[in-house]
Amino acid sequence: MAKANVSLGGRDILDLESLSVEEIELVLKTAEEMKKVMKRDIKKLPSLRGKSIINLFYEPSTRTRTSFELAGKYLGADVVNITTASSSVVKGECLRDTILTVQSMACDAIVMRHPIEGAAAYAANVAEPVIINAGDGAHAHPSQGLLDLLTIREKRGADMKGMKMAIVGDILYSRVARTNIAAWTKLGADVHVAGPMTLMPYDIESLGVTVHKRVEEAIEGADVVDILRIQLERQKKGMFPTPREYARIFGINEARLKLAKPDVTVLHPGPMNRGLEISWEVGYCDNAAIRDEVQNGVAVRMALLFLTLTGGKHIENID
Amino acid sequence: MKTLIKNGRVVDPSQNLDAVMDVLVEDGKVKALGVNIAEAADEVFDATGLVVAPGLIDLHVHLREPGLEAKEDIISGTMAAAAGGVTTVACMPNTKPVVDNAAIVSAIKQRAAEESYANVEIIGAISKGECGDELAEMGDMAFRGAMAFSDDGYYVKSTRLFMLAAKYITAFDKGLICHAIDPELNAEGYMHEGAVSARIGVPGIPAVSEDIAVARDCIIAEHTGAHVHIAHVASKGAIDIIRQYKAKGVNVTSEVTVHHLTLTDEACATYNPATRVSPPLRSWDHVQAMREAVLDGTVDAIVTDHAPHAPEEKDVEFRYAPCGFCGLETSLGVMLTDLYHTNIFDLKTIISKMSCEPSKLFKLNRGTLAEGSVADIAIIDLDKEWTVDSSKFYTRGKFTPYEGKECKGKAVATMLAGKFVMRDGVVCTK
Repeated sequence: MAKANVSLGGRDILDLESLSVEEIELVLKTAEEMKKVMKRDIKKLPSLRGKSIINLFYEPSTRTRTSFELAGKYLGADVVNITTASSSVVKGECLRDTILTVQSMACDAIVMRHPIEGAAAYAANVAEPVIINAGDGAHAHPSQGLLDLLTIREKRGADMKGMKMAIVGDILYSRVARTNIAAWTKLGADVHVAGPMTLMPYDIESLGVTVHKRVEEAIEGADVVDILRIQLERQKKGMFPTPREYARIFGINEARLKLAKPDVTVLHPGPMNRGLEISWEVGYCDNAAIRDEVQNGVAVRMALLFLTLTGGKHIENID
Repeated sequence: MKTLIKNGRVVDPSQNLDAVMDVLVEDGKVKALGVNIAEAADEVFDATGLVVAPGLIDLHVHLREPGLEAKEDIISGTMAAAAGGVTTVACMPNTKPVVDNAAIVSAIKQRAAEESYANVEIIGAISKGECGDELAEMGDMAFRGAMAFSDDGYYVKSTRLFMLAAKYITAFDKGLICHAIDPELNAEGYMHEGAVSARIGVPGIPAVSEDIAVARDCIIAEHTGAHVHIAHVASKGAIDIIRQYKAKGVNVTSEVTVHHLTLTDEACATYNPATRVSPPLRSWDHVQAMREAVLDGTVDAIVTDHAPHAPEEKDVEFRYAPCGFCGLETSLGVMLTDLYHTNIFDLKTIISKMSCEPSKLFKLNRGTLAEGSVADIAIIDLDKEWTVDSSKFYTRGKFTPYEGKECKGKAVATMLAGKFVMRDGVVCTK
């Protein structure tokens, strides 16, 4: 149970490095309650009635944006979506002015997705409303990290100490990888990364992970295999020879997955490139928790909005 | 006009001098140095407790004029110099248009002669438009007084063109200043590749991007005999290569910036756009290597790479921010705070690398207080405590990674050819 003095009221949620273990616990506990709301016939709480949330998305997104939008609406908030293709950004407005403009409309939280690392931190310096980072370049995606934690907890229990975690694929450009490395090492898990060495950050060992040149070594005996999306853009830039070779050498198929624990939990942040980083069979296998991740995403985002906008207290026994 | 600077601690490494004495300045020149000069003067400046040194010479400055005056111009840039104790700046040619012909060299000289607060030396481009395709008219520019040549901001990517430039320039007794960073390795990164970039997700620029480029330029210096000066070295591998070529007697010289001697890539961890610079702020092992290279003489000059930008350009997301920040008003203070008062460098080393040696490298006939020399003088209070506040800067580029830094040591007066251009931190406007 979360300690009484732990609160996220008014906090910007920029990454998981800056959340304590107790704060992460508070979010997950709250998300478990929110999941109960999602299962109701009438999925609506009045908790955020009168609050307004702006989804400010500088990059395309389906699940994250929709998930934040529904999370806000389930809690009774007014949610407005801004996508930059149809905003003043195309007229050349800088981020500072966009944030100040949105703030002037009396919004309470800005959920921001941006292609540049640190953009959410920049916005947090400028803005008074709560900033929730919905992904900044290759840096962080804290709500994704939290929904993965909730999924792992449901499948394998809350104690991650000694759990073997494998993250495979494009580590270099992945905010999901950085977020999960930060959270999982903080919670005591044993984190292994693998993928083409051209997509492996220099000195990634400094984050407390073990690097493998072959995915088989990373997966062997793993409790969790987190498969990262390979952007085809990377291949076009020559980071690996061909999608075909990637699938053959680094793709996760049933044969490779057998190296992991029999009850391994397979994660993927989506959208999947089936047949590239993940085979058709693995994507639909019983161990795949990919749709649990999506459902937990809404619950975790409800929890984040609730905790940051209502004084940050734990919600108990919602039903 | 006679000015007598009384009772200061004269630190002039060009004469191996460090003693309390008087400096008599007359008609823009140092007329006499001595203890208790009795001669009558129009003004007596009491320098008791202060250091009197040759005015600082900064070999790497972007004055941005012509064409980029929203960032800086000759007046604002040289006022910033005067405020920082800098009496000579060498300005880089990446203006609009690029300084790639004698007419522009003359035009800048003319503007500086009309109104400036420091000597302005001009660095012409190596290639037309800094495009790296064909040689600029370096001979013509040399005859008009260009100090050296550089495509600063760009590596001369074509080895053939760089070879031709190095051969050609030997006839004019001028040097090439090399922005030696492999452009392909540099292109995908925005900060130093290391533990910090791995953590915060900003794509990294490997330090070897410098090493590779510096190695080529050193090899060509050896082959041609040209003077090759490596700008803003920031990698330990690159400085090792320069050390090896210097040991062989090759005419290679180098400079390091104040920020590469005092800041690491941890400064980028908050995504402060003011910390984005090329080469990037590197990790502590590289900073240490740069400091050692200053002490063993591998580094000849300490510079700012003063690179002002307008706020609307620089106050943006980290990756969108253009490289560089201002430095003329903080260079001496930061050096004294972080390297002198911490007993890492002595004062002689700092004055030597920021004045005497830069003058010698490019034959500027300054950087000395010897009798008969031009009276460009910095008067320094080693113990003056002050806080970096960009809102008070003279430069238009109000971005610095040192914002808010508590400093100890500052120039309190600057004399240019015998006239005070700055006193008590205030530039004496004309």
